[in-house]
Amino acid sequence: MSNDFYTLKVNGENHQVLDAWTGESLLWVLRERLGFPGAKNACEEGECGSCSVRIDEEIVCSCLVLAGSAIDQEITTIEGLAPEGELGDVQQAFIEAGAVQCGFCTPGLLVTIDHLLEENQNPDDLTVREAISGNLCRCTGYGRILEAVQIAAASRRGENHE
Amino acid sequence: MPVTVARSLDDALSALEEHPNALILAGGTDVMVEVNKGTRPVEQVISIGRVPELQDWEHEGDWLHLGAAVTYTELMGEELSSLVPALAQAARTVGSPQIRNAGTIGGNLGTSSPAGDTLPALFALDAILTIRSKTTVKEVPIDEFITGVKSNSLNPGELIEKIRVPVLEGPQEFCKIGPRNAMVISVASFTLLTDHQEKQVKSCLGTVGPVPIRPIEAEDFISGEVNWEQNTVRPEVLDNFAALCSSAARPIDDHRGSAAYRRHAIRVLSRRAASRVFSEEIS
Amino acid sequence: MSDLKIETPVSGPRIGESAPRPDGVPKVNGSFAFSSDLWHKNMLWGGTLRSPFPSARITRLDITEALLIDGVQAVLTHEDVPGQNLYGLEHADQPVMAEEIIRYEGEPVAIVAADHPEIVRRALNAIQVEYEEMAPLTDPELAEETDFIHPDGNLIRRINLRHGDQEVQGEIQVEGIYEVGMQDQAFLGLESGLAVPGEDGGVDLYISTQWLHADRSQVASCLGLEEERVRITLAGVGGAFGAREDLSLHVHLCMLAMRTNRAVKMIYSREESFHGHVHRHPAKMWYRHHADSKGNLLRVEAKVLLDGGAYASSSGAVIANATCFAAGPYRIPSADIEGVVVRTNNPPCGAMRGFGAVQTCVGHEAQMDKLASALNMDPVEIRIKNALKPGDKLLTGQTITGTAPVAEVIQTCAEHTSTYQESTDPMSLPGGAGRTADPEHISRGEAIAVGFKNLMFSEGFDDFSSALCQLENGVATITCACAEVGQGFVTLAQQITREILGVEEVILAPAATQTVGSAGSTSASRQTWMSGGAVQKACEEVRVKLLEKLAVEHQVDIDNLVLVDGQVTSLNEDFTISLEEATSEPLEARVEYRHAPTFPLDENGQGDAHVSFAFSAHKAVVDVDPELGLVKVVELITSQDVGRLLNPLQAVGQLEGGAAQGLGLAVMEEVLVTEGNIRNASFTDYLIPTALDMPPVEIAAIIEQPEPGAPFGAKGIGEPPSISSTAAVVAAIREATDLELPRVPVRFTDIVSVEED
Repeated sequence: MSNDFYTLKVNGENHQVLDAWTGESLLWVLRERLGFPGAKNACEEGECGSCSVRIDEEIVCSCLVLAGSAIDQEITTIEGLAPEGELGDVQQAFIEAGAVQCGFCTPGLLVTIDHLLEENQNPDDLTVREAISGNLCRCTGYGRILEAVQIAAASRRGENHE
Repeated sequence: MPVTVARSLDDALSALEEHPNALILAGGTDVMVEVNKGTRPVEQVISIGRVPELQDWEHEGDWLHLGAAVTYTELMGEELSSLVPALAQAARTVGSPQIRNAGTIGGNLGTSSPAGDTLPALFALDAILTIRSKTTVKEVPIDEFITGVKSNSLNPGELIEKIRVPVLEGPQEFCKIGPRNAMVISVASFTLLTDHQEKQVKSCLGTVGPVPIRPIEAEDFISGEVNWEQNTVRPEVLDNFAALCSSAARPIDDHRGSAAYRRHAIRVLSRRAASRVFSEEIS
Repeated sequence: MSDLKIETPVSGPRIGESAPRPDGVPKVNGSFAFSSDLWHKNMLWGGTLRSPFPSARITRLDITEALLIDGVQAVLTHEDVPGQNLYGLEHADQPVMAEEIIRYEGEPVAIVAADHPEIVRRALNAIQVEYEEMAPLTDPELAEETDFIHPDGNLIRRINLRHGDQEVQGEIQVEGIYEVGMQDQAFLGLESGLAVPGEDGGVDLYISTQWLHADRSQVASCLGLEEERVRITLAGVGGAFGAREDLSLHVHLCMLAMRTNRAVKMIYSREESFHGHVHRHPAKMWYRHHADSKGNLLRVEAKVLLDGGAYASSSGAVIANATCFAAGPYRIPSADIEGVVVRTNNPPCGAMRGFGAVQTCVGHEAQMDKLASALNMDPVEIRIKNALKPGDKLLTGQTITGTAPVAEVIQTCAEHTSTYQESTDPMSLPGGAGRTADPEHISRGEAIAVGFKNLMFSEGFDDFSSALCQLENGVATITCACAEVGQGFVTLAQQITREILGVEEVILAPAATQTVGSAGSTSASRQTWMSGGAVQKACEEVRVKLLEKLAVEHQVDIDNLVLVDGQVTSLNEDFTISLEEATSEPLEARVEYRHAPTFPLDENGQGDAHVSFAFSAHKAVVDVDPELGLVKVVELITSQDVGRLLNPLQAVGQLEGGAAQGLGLAVMEEVLVTEGNIRNASFTDYLIPTALDMPPVEIAAIIEQPEPGAPFGAKGIGEPPSISSTAAVVAAIREATDLELPRVPVRFTDIVSVEED
């Protein structure tokens, strides 16, 4: 029942997946085989967004991607949002705004928001809410998360803020 | 190799000929839920989400040809949303942005759920599907394609290549009820299309029967009563239209809603949708 | 394996400042190790076979087929439980695995360890079980009249509270029957953990939990081991909200690890999670309020019935709370409250944020509105008129000796002018992208609700926390077993330490049973007070030890020594030394911290059972589509009594997050149970608010009146936001629709009346 092997490109580097079972999701392979536990597994049925990753230019639920079908694509996880040892602007903003409590929704949100701000550097409240409507958070009520997005957006626009 | 990532339509069809019972995977947003749960066995998979012929769409004259792998997000795009507004509105209510980026119109058809969000608009448009295998091609009207709850006429070795719908002249509406403002399975939906050229109203009830329901009696009634020059309609006509739509519904009771509520919801939604596209005549 | 030590940035804020979380960086860069992220060399995967029936007898259980599957390393049943096959928070009444009788859908029957989760799944399917189904007891109102479904009986606890003159009757009387559906904590981080067999025949368990030491004593008892050989370390927790106070996979994991002599990891699926933890008690409440013609409350009669489900968990404490706080934060001279929690074959219920007070707040606030209506009084005015003040007596006869700014909480909330700029986008209407309504179809309502509950544990429970403070080379290390579940205790621990010891760097050692005593549960809004108090006490003792040592060594007056910003300096003598140099030899203090004693309730429910209370109010603005029954909460405004604000940013997070859970219970969250079976065990159909459902939460006032006896004067703040929020939202829907709406969550069909066929 296994593939011989296949190669996935994650965060800019090729990784071989050996001796895997056909039905494994990308989420599973990232977390359990390739050493990228950042994406989370809160529901594994596409209802929470905690597994969100970027594939090429889009944000998708990695739990709904068959790992073996994600070959020849650029997969970006939370671990690839910033160079090692550094924090990207959205990550910084989350800490500054108090948008992290338990942190389980955080990786999915960061990937989603990073992508949103790439496309739109001045999103209004409703646009942000719709963009993150697929990312459930149980701890924060979204208030500090929305604040973090505005802080990061200002940063993207090149505005200084205290 | 158990997983074939097809790069062309021919790739996909050849793989399908070799493995006629293979799992056809595009966005995976329905199928992978079952795979993750362990309720769908996985042996051979043919991934078609990146086949250019299936990802493309084309506006040709009065017709729009949508490749089966066109995603919900793409249906919401500027051009497509102006060509088929009801489909774009329906797409916006599907799942989440993540789901919309991956999920496809072909997948929605393949799953054939009574709650499938693009299906009512496709029924109202009398969509025609092109079904292909390595050696055959056929055109299937949508109401012959969807045969029942989660069942369709696709045979082993076949896939949906594209969906053809007319581009109509006139406003369109899609309304869907869910218990929350995002990521909801439809409790009931109503689609309304206007064809000002043919002076026809087309509509469809969603999630209130085993398959989407065209309330033909209601459509014929209102089409005959609309003042197409003024784009107006009498309030009683709207009421009667709503009553006819509601009586065409065949809903069930389940944990998402009762049959009585669903019937009521269709009555309310149909009247509201119609009163958005037509002005009420002042008598 | 990921390093579980939490390190901090070098400089940091103190008490009262918005210190950033020490675990913020790993949480945003993806390196934070949640319990589901753990990995061990050569580890196996575990899984659980569960009963599909809520009430049954197992007539045959055959594991031989499963054992034959290649890759299966162990299949265990109740026969393999090494110690006692019973555990429980209040009473040990719940089997680790069912012996013969099944009492709820999802009750564990067998466990498996195998090389890969897919093999686990196949093994579970290969276990042959035959059940003789029995009729489940599902109606809590029948529980006391029906045959026992458990040897301990069907009554878990009854409290009869009688307060004041029982002959009092009011000129104005209003009655109501209210219901609250079963809410789920729905934390995102699924139940998960890793068990590693120890060389000493014991076991190391890395797990998400709320109370390490209570887990340890139950696990040790079930494994037949001394507590010292069960070592529990807190792994990263993805939210708790009460659902991790009881054991879930703990004993199962340890058994599999000990049997296979390999590390075993287990993660529940979301569906399994719904079956694997306790839920909020569904409630049915009968109320009669008596008042005089001026709106003074005279008497409250109530019966509160909670459905405890199959096992007791913390039901006894939940009903006590529900009873004590049944009538709300008002002065009531006479009361007759009966609180009952019973056992049924429904899913077991236990702790969830708010713990009994959420349910009764729905009841008492609906009653207050009914009274206001009957008296033609403003709903805010009648609440302020009767609001509790310090010196007043509660229904339990206990006098409030601490702060109770109830009137202020209500007033500030009611009078707040919102700054929220509403959107005119159709997406903001009820129905959202579903575009079901236009503005002319919408009715708006606004209403206020008030709630309260106790902080910490009650009724004489020995409630304490422990901490170890070590100071060496100018760096402080704090060891405390307080379970960080997202609430931000880790941040406070650093702030407190910096405040007292003047250090910059504060290291937090992993929370583990083998290095420090119990911190009690992360629940009851108690950790700021209790573990904050323990950390404060430990740091104080170290400070005193340091100053005493310096005073002797350097012949300086101890009374004039101050410890600030990494320096110890004398105020009146020429002496200063860096903390780093002064602590080249380590100093430490290990403490236990207790709050003031509490006492049991007597046979009339009277007694000084609680330590302290916190109060909150919410104002909700809602839009309703009355023809379709769809609701959009437009805004929430809140005031809360916090004693003292220790970290403003984290406090806002609690107020906003708790309000979201309250909103969820008001309009969308319910575990639907039919004949004992859960119908919606998934996030597809158990709905929690998304960013499109949740409005802004505007804070009208955070009221700081320092609480006597509380460390830094600070009250716990976690629960009140989830208490009055539900009641406020449903009251606002009543305003918009003019319907009674006695039940939450409010469903379409509660608002729209449709003719059934």
